[in-house]
Amino acid sequence: MTGAIRHGAAGRLWRTTVITLPYAWLLLFFLVPFAIVFKISFADPIVAQPPFTPFFDWAESSPRRLLATFDNYLFLLEDKLYWVSYLRSIRIAFISTLLCLLLGYPMAYGIARARPPWRSLLLMLVILPFWTSFLLRVYAWIVMLGKHGVVNNALLSVGFIDGPLQMLYTDAAVYLGIVYTYIPFMILPLYASLEKLDQNLHDAAMDLGATPWKVFTDITLPLSMPGVIAGSLLVFIPALGEFVIPSLLGGIDSLMIGRTLYDEFFVNRDWPLASAVATVLLFILILPIMLFQRYQQGEES
Amino acid sequence: MNVESKQHTNENSAAWTGAPWKDPSQSPFIEIQSLHKRFGDFTAVDNISLDIYRGELFAILGGSGCGKSTLLRMLAGLEAPSAGRILIDGVDVTELPPYDRPVNMMFQSYAVFPHMTVEKNIAYGLRKSRVAPAEIESRVREMLELVQLTNLEQRKPNQLSGGQLQRVALARALIKRPKVLLLDEPLAALDKKLREQTQFELMNLQDQLGTTFVVVTHDQEEAMTLATRIAVMDEGRFIQIGTPSEVYEYPRNFFVADFFGNINIFDATVISSEPGFIAVELGASGTRIRIQHGGVIDAGAAVMIGVRPEKLLISKDKPTDDRYTVTRGVVEDLAYYGNRSIYRVRSQEGRIIQVSAQNSQRSVELAMEWDDEVYLSWDSSSSVVLQK
Repeated sequence: MTGAIRHGAAGRLWRTTVITLPYAWLLLFFLVPFAIVFKISFADPIVAQPPFTPFFDWAESSPRRLLATFDNYLFLLEDKLYWVSYLRSIRIAFISTLLCLLLGYPMAYGIARARPPWRSLLLMLVILPFWTSFLLRVYAWIVMLGKHGVVNNALLSVGFIDGPLQMLYTDAAVYLGIVYTYIPFMILPLYASLEKLDQNLHDAAMDLGATPWKVFTDITLPLSMPGVIAGSLLVFIPALGEFVIPSLLGGIDSLMIGRTLYDEFFVNRDWPLASAVATVLLFILILPIMLFQRYQQGEES
Repeated sequence: MNVESKQHTNENSAAWTGAPWKDPSQSPFIEIQSLHKRFGDFTAVDNISLDIYRGELFAILGGSGCGKSTLLRMLAGLEAPSAGRILIDGVDVTELPPYDRPVNMMFQSYAVFPHMTVEKNIAYGLRKSRVAPAEIESRVREMLELVQLTNLEQRKPNQLSGGQLQRVALARALIKRPKVLLLDEPLAALDKKLREQTQFELMNLQDQLGTTFVVVTHDQEEAMTLATRIAVMDEGRFIQIGTPSEVYEYPRNFFVADFFGNINIFDATVISSEPGFIAVELGASGTRIRIQHGGVIDAGAAVMIGVRPEKLLISKDKPTDDRYTVTRGVVEDLAYYGNRSIYRVRSQEGRIIQVSAQNSQRSVELAMEWDDEVYLSWDSSSSVVLQK
């Protein structure tokens, strides 16, 4: 804002800095590392330091010989393990996003319609979990869901169940962990779009004959779509690559791509294959982001 | 809007007889019976009863926070009354939700749905009542023509001007042919020129459709030009209900008098009271006048005599006609508007008296100048007794 008011060289410098800084950040900490990962994905694994073959053959031969290989990508296609991991990740991320949306929408709506003093308190409560370490909170679920955990003990003592339920190391625990962790990222953008919704639009629709449910589907939901999409992306993207939650709460068979990637990198020390896995993951993620951008452009025109 | 031809007038407006509230054979169309609305400790609407007749253009006038919008929202069903009943066309609608009431509202901010085209906005009410698509289509077309928005039906609201949005909101509220149209500050968001034009369009439209309009406004000029009757509201109650000329010429108290433009106040003492008239003595000049007045006020009581600026005559010479009441003063300020001039005169009592004089004679010279000693006079029938 101030940049627009300032004149002359100082103003231009300020404006350039403000625009350049985030781009420089992205270039340095996203694009450059990604280029490195992308490059490694075309190498062969070797037992050496670093554990992959160079991009070019610097040895005697001149002109330089390109050593790039598509083997890693072909291997991803051939081995069923990767397909299964990707598809499982997409499914888990998708269902988790849906659950976050179903749970988060009424919460965001309630906060947006609450009286102002309540509103800030409720928002605080949504953000509050971030004040403890993410890892600690996931570990807490192990204590809660374990065979002799809080939930099982409570249910046993009330007499609802005869023996402890297997809750930990199941898909349900993974969903629970992801929904619990990422729901604030759904609620906050939803709240932002619901809060600025003009109450008069709601009243006008009702005045014109719409029942409360119709008001929701005709007015509230379409007008909060930007929040729905932003929130869904904010949940879907990290959930897709989630590694900690499936490792700690999921079963041995609950393969998600994040865990496969971890195993390739740290257990098998196959950096090129791990890089190929990461590259494919990124391209899977670009798709929903591009769809979102197209939606936004459609809204503006 | 296409309103020059009044042949379009439908049978509804045939019931309009000019002043149905004076006709005992007429039954009210909207009956508001001892309506209350409390928000916690705050009373927004305090025991209001009101009858509105079919075809009226009724204005509720008051400052912000006087409860007028709450009253309108209760008529629409958007707010539930704490006590009291509302009947429309003989049917008790107090418990009906907004979507079941034969009433539509034009919102102050217009509340046009931003994600729908003009056409979809206007058709919305009919869609919700499951009217056949062919009929929706023809009625939307009819409405677009009525509010002159043909060719704009595919536009989105953000491509429309304020005046066009107002028309969309109006068309959308009228398309269901409501028994009552509620308008919340219908002209407040328009600029001055557009307001004047729209004001007349609204009146003509109402005349053409015969729908009963209830308008809420804080603008006395808007209320005066639009309405058949005005209810002046303050602190949740009606102070006075009457035709525009009644509330302007015979304000009940200072609040109403002051709300409708300027009024000059003279202190006076009651000398005697007789049916229909009271005699008072003006404080400073000692002039005695008889003023028409409905009530009885004890002799010796102090009252305020109000006279509108345009009812005052200003002159350098003392008017000879003894019909006039006269006081004196000095011109302190004057403003020339071309068609008229406004004089601010300091009276003998030390009050500033405002005089509005038509410049009916063409003259470059001003008849009165600063610091001139002048006589202020008025016909005793032009003044009104205001209770303190």
